[in-house]
Amino acid sequence: MKKFSLGRLAVYVVLGLAAIPVLFPIYYGFVGAVMGPGDLATYPPALVPHELHWQNISDVFRSVSLGRFYVNSAVQAGAITVAQVVTSILAAYAFAFLRLPAKAATFGLFLATLMVPWEAIIIPNYLAISGWGLARGGLTYLGLVLPFLASAFGTFLLRQAFLQFPTELRDAAVIDGCGHWRLLWRVIVPLSKPSIAAVGVYVFLSAWNQYFWPLILIRDSNFQTLQIGISQLNDAEVAQPGLVLAGVALSLLPTLAVVLFGQRYIVRGLTAGALR
Amino acid sequence: MPPPRTVSAPPGDRASTVTSTPATVRRRKAERFTETGLGWLLLLPSVVVFALFVFWPLGRTLYLSVHGNDLFGAPSVYVGAEHYREMLSAEFGKVLATTGLFTLFSVVPAVLGALFVVLLLEARIRGVRVLRTAFALPFAFSVATASVVFAVIYNPAIGVANGLLGSLGIDRVNWLTDPSIALPAVCAATVWMNFGYNVLVLSAGVAAISPEVVEAARLDGASGWRLASRITVPLLSPQLFFLVVVSTIHALQSFGQIHILTKGGPDQATTTLVYSIYEKAFAFGSSDFGSASAQAVVLLVVMLGCTAVQFGVLERRVHYR
Repeated sequence: MKKFSLGRLAVYVVLGLAAIPVLFPIYYGFVGAVMGPGDLATYPPALVPHELHWQNISDVFRSVSLGRFYVNSAVQAGAITVAQVVTSILAAYAFAFLRLPAKAATFGLFLATLMVPWEAIIIPNYLAISGWGLARGGLTYLGLVLPFLASAFGTFLLRQAFLQFPTELRDAAVIDGCGHWRLLWRVIVPLSKPSIAAVGVYVFLSAWNQYFWPLILIRDSNFQTLQIGISQLNDAEVAQPGLVLAGVALSLLPTLAVVLFGQRYIVRGLTAGALR
Repeated sequence: MPPPRTVSAPPGDRASTVTSTPATVRRRKAERFTETGLGWLLLLPSVVVFALFVFWPLGRTLYLSVHGNDLFGAPSVYVGAEHYREMLSAEFGKVLATTGLFTLFSVVPAVLGALFVVLLLEARIRGVRVLRTAFALPFAFSVATASVVFAVIYNPAIGVANGLLGSLGIDRVNWLTDPSIALPAVCAATVWMNFGYNVLVLSAGVAAISPEVVEAARLDGASGWRLASRITVPLLSPQLFFLVVVSTIHALQSFGQIHILTKGGPDQATTTLVYSIYEKAFAFGSSDFGSASAQAVVLLVVMLGCTAVQFGVLERRVHYR
């Protein structure tokens, strides 16, 4: 660290100015959540609450079934995460270690799925899932997760990790009489935990944050996910922004936790495979 | 995509490399057979999901795009290119123009802004880690939660955006209901949503630059702007290229912020291609799956085209270590 200089001061000033638009919506999202109607309805609006209005937090549970939405999102995102991690591990093992006819072509087919935007095929998927009766009642859970049980991205990332696995370790396990199945679950998976965590964190975040698919699929509000619930809260309570922001703040807690504690996995998952 | 690596001999093979009597040949064949069977078994779950929910729908989209549908959306008669001819209208031209503007003004500022911030964070100042985490924080917001926060901020009567303008003595702005302002307003919100991700990726890129290179440049007298423009930015070109590709693809797929903030309005000012597909197929009980599917085909072609152009043209100028 060098001594104080004018250039350094300028850097601080510019970064400080840049931080305002980046941090303000976050600040306002959380502070607005505990602002009373008095602070939010004044013009110009208050930037600092005159008193903390914790009641918003309890009111939002009364306004919408926030607890229920939490459970729904947890079931949906949890199921998708577990399933994608497992199917990706299996497929990645096959691509990395097994001799298969037409392996390159099959792998190409996996990668091709990454080129197809979900929005371009959402209509037939919607028609199929609702046609199979998976948009009604408890079956909605099935409809929410079924199209997302496999992932070319996860397979690709894990295949890269498996290919970097030292051959000596694998050979040693085989000499000790280890079959493919045991090799996979007892040797490869435990030693690939960082890559598996990266896939898990990435899949969980994108599943938890889904919007388009749950929006069109869910008709029964009992199965509504948190993201849709919050946007409906916004439509319903325009006059009470404190209530809306309380819902936002509450719904952010799981992703904030994942981002703060899983940051290194996130960066790994975000850039793996895409950068050389 | 990285080049495929050659896979070393699988574990099942090693026992049978010394002699090749008929018995060992048979055993080797049997091993290879079970290995193949196991391989397909492991791939089966993924293959089934992709077949059912990617490849079959892909064909189905093409099929629906050339069929008319009844009131309930079921395809009835073959109509050929009619849905595509419908798109030769001023209305759809506007949708494409809006999509292009939205993509341009949500990708470019977010990438350049993040690059600017990440370069400044390189200035060896105190508190860099805290600042970097702060700039990455928008990443924790989903599109839906961020959009709802912006909906509150943009509220014409009680929103902070107008509050701040008011204290500067500027008249209130109808951020989301004025046709000339709604698209920039949605773009600004989208830039904010993408900012944290871009900072994360570029910071990771900077961290991967070898300190020797930077130190050598510093010893040669490079600092500040010269160091950034001659050393850091060129070495970040893979990350910048990656961000441009990924954010363009993301922008073309954007839906949540438009649905929450403007519902495509006012007067179609924020109706992008994906929103138009949603509107035709799902909004207000509409089930015009034929036209929507034809537009979905256009989306598919546009996205494939973008990816191809970016990989073909841009990648050649990227400096890879």
